[in-house]
Amino acid sequence: MAHQLNENELKQKARHYRRDILKMLYEAGSGHPGGSLSSIDILTVLYSNVLRHNPENPCWEDRDRFILSKGHICPALYTILSDFGYFAREELGQLRQYGSMLQGHPCMHHTPGLEVSSGSLGQGLSIAVGVALAARLNGTDIRTYCLMGDGEVQEGQVWEAAMSAGHYKLDNLCAIVDKNGLQIDGNVEDVMNIDPLTDKFEAFNWNVIEIDGHDVVEIGNAFLQASQFSGKPTMIIADTVKGKGVSFMENAPGWHGVAPNKEQLDAALAELEEEK
Amino acid sequence: MRIVNLTVDIDNPERIPTRFGYGEGLLEAGQKNEEVVALGADITGSVKADLFRDAFPDRFFSLGIAEQNHIGVAAGLALMNKIPFVTNYGVFLAGRGWDEIRTTVCYSNLNVKLGGAHGGISVGPDGATHQALEEISIMRCLPNMTVVVPSDSIETKKATLAAAEMFGPIYIRYGREKVPVITDESTPFKIGEAYCMREGTDVAIIACGAMVYEGLVAAKELEKEGISTMVINNHTIKPIDKATIIEAAKLTGAVVTVEEHQVMGGMGSAVLEVLAQDCPVPVEMIGVMDRFGESGDPETLMKAFGLCSENVAEAVRRVIKRK
Ligand SMILES: Cc1ncc(C[n+]2csc(CCOP(=O)(O)OP(=O)(O)O)c2C)c(N)n1
Ligand SMILES: [Mg+2]
Repeated sequence: MAHQLNENELKQKARHYRRDILKMLYEAGSGHPGGSLSSIDILTVLYSNVLRHNPENPCWEDRDRFILSKGHICPALYTILSDFGYFAREELGQLRQYGSMLQGHPCMHHTPGLEVSSGSLGQGLSIAVGVALAARLNGTDIRTYCLMGDGEVQEGQVWEAAMSAGHYKLDNLCAIVDKNGLQIDGNVEDVMNIDPLTDKFEAFNWNVIEIDGHDVVEIGNAFLQASQFSGKPTMIIADTVKGKGVSFMENAPGWHGVAPNKEQLDAALAELEEEK
Repeated sequence: MRIVNLTVDIDNPERIPTRFGYGEGLLEAGQKNEEVVALGADITGSVKADLFRDAFPDRFFSLGIAEQNHIGVAAGLALMNKIPFVTNYGVFLAGRGWDEIRTTVCYSNLNVKLGGAHGGISVGPDGATHQALEEISIMRCLPNMTVVVPSDSIETKKATLAAAEMFGPIYIRYGREKVPVITDESTPFKIGEAYCMREGTDVAIIACGAMVYEGLVAAKELEKEGISTMVINNHTIKPIDKATIIEAAKLTGAVVTVEEHQVMGGMGSAVLEVLAQDCPVPVEMIGVMDRFGESGDPETLMKAFGLCSENVAEAVRRVIKRK
């Protein structure tokens, strides 16, 4: 990437994206705020400072690949893609409408900048393994990234993928678990405990880095470490808050898949305005 | 052929999601028989397994987002004479756990009950990934499997109770959105027995799920054009009611099948398998034509995909010309 954003710029960007996400969901009348807001800082750093990509040429062969495995948080990705110029900003207002470029879950044939369609949880890491294997076979330095939810890692396929990435020592692969502690039915811990997550991935032969998933500096450092680590894939376990940035959405399971109404939107935007 | 007289005003029906019927049915099945247990897939509220969970917390097992494991665990529970209900969005339930359903559940003929929520494109804005359009095909091709697609919330409740009472694997498909209530408590429901909700002599509409209502509306409209239309509620896709289907085809000489599902392999295909062998008549099929769903509000989608009463009426006019 030509220009690296500094800490303050990253924070400003993320705040701007948070506002966009809420407005999009309000317009759409449905969608997933909680997991979008918990992931947005990670995605902001990834797209601004880490990922090698070219919005003018989304199909550029040498681009790094980002696989959004937890497809339901695509509003977070859409707002970033539009900001980078993959498509016009007006499209954001069409989220989830009939005929829209922006489907309720990612469709690669509708939206420029998406690597693959997703929305059925637990499939993305396998795809990322395939991409990383091909990149290595081709002798390219392309890196592959994959974002998952913490409820999502309950899927058996995630562990099959993790085993294969460890087996093939895919150090060109970096995955992130957005560990916000919540899924739809409640706390991940109560629905189906996934811990100790770090030990599990280490046992599957991954390099594991634990970070605060809202600290843009920590996020950037983790991506850097991952790219410098050789012999193992890297798993970034990001400790996050579901609904981060909007007080009444934070840590509230009810905000997994519900859009704000006008009042709630205004209250949320006001909070995101004040923060400096 | 069993004839059931409509007791509701189809111009002004009450609208209730079929998932409510499933939730009530599961709860009542649990009250009637303590061997009934249920598995949770992290969407317990939206698929309406929450009524059972709250009433019988000890008999509810939260298993997280892990569809293949759900089917295997249900199989184990069934081996211990429990009656497990696995409830999930139809796409993931039928699709993610298919081999487990095939080999562990159906080959062993275990008493596992599958509640497939969010059937059809009327799921709406979540889009293609969440709109189940293939479950009827991939479930009905499995030996020992029963497949039921009830027409409204009341019938979904009856089907859920019947599922708990019968032995063997069964898939019940139900939906998310509010749909017209077209039956009442007294409407007879028996797995494997289709019934006629409107008599007619020129053409037979054979439908399942909420599309039975679209068929009834179309039939009423067609009456104004002098077309006498029979409407069959074919709620059981498997074992299919051959006798009723053949009788309907013989009486009318033309058939329109209607479903909110891929036409390929679905309810219409099951009807065609019967007709082609025993009573070939001209047929038109209404359903999703080999394409994925899309985001949009349910009503817009039903129009865009040609799944409304107008489309059914059009198909009737076409098929009559072919008689
Ligand atoms: C295979 C599959 N099963 C179920 C669902 C329904 N679903 C969508 S989001 C979700 C919860 C995800 O929780 P988590 O991974 O923790 O996501 P986040 O908290 O980041 O939103 C579920 C069960 C799905 N999309 N795919
Ligand atoms: Mg989570």
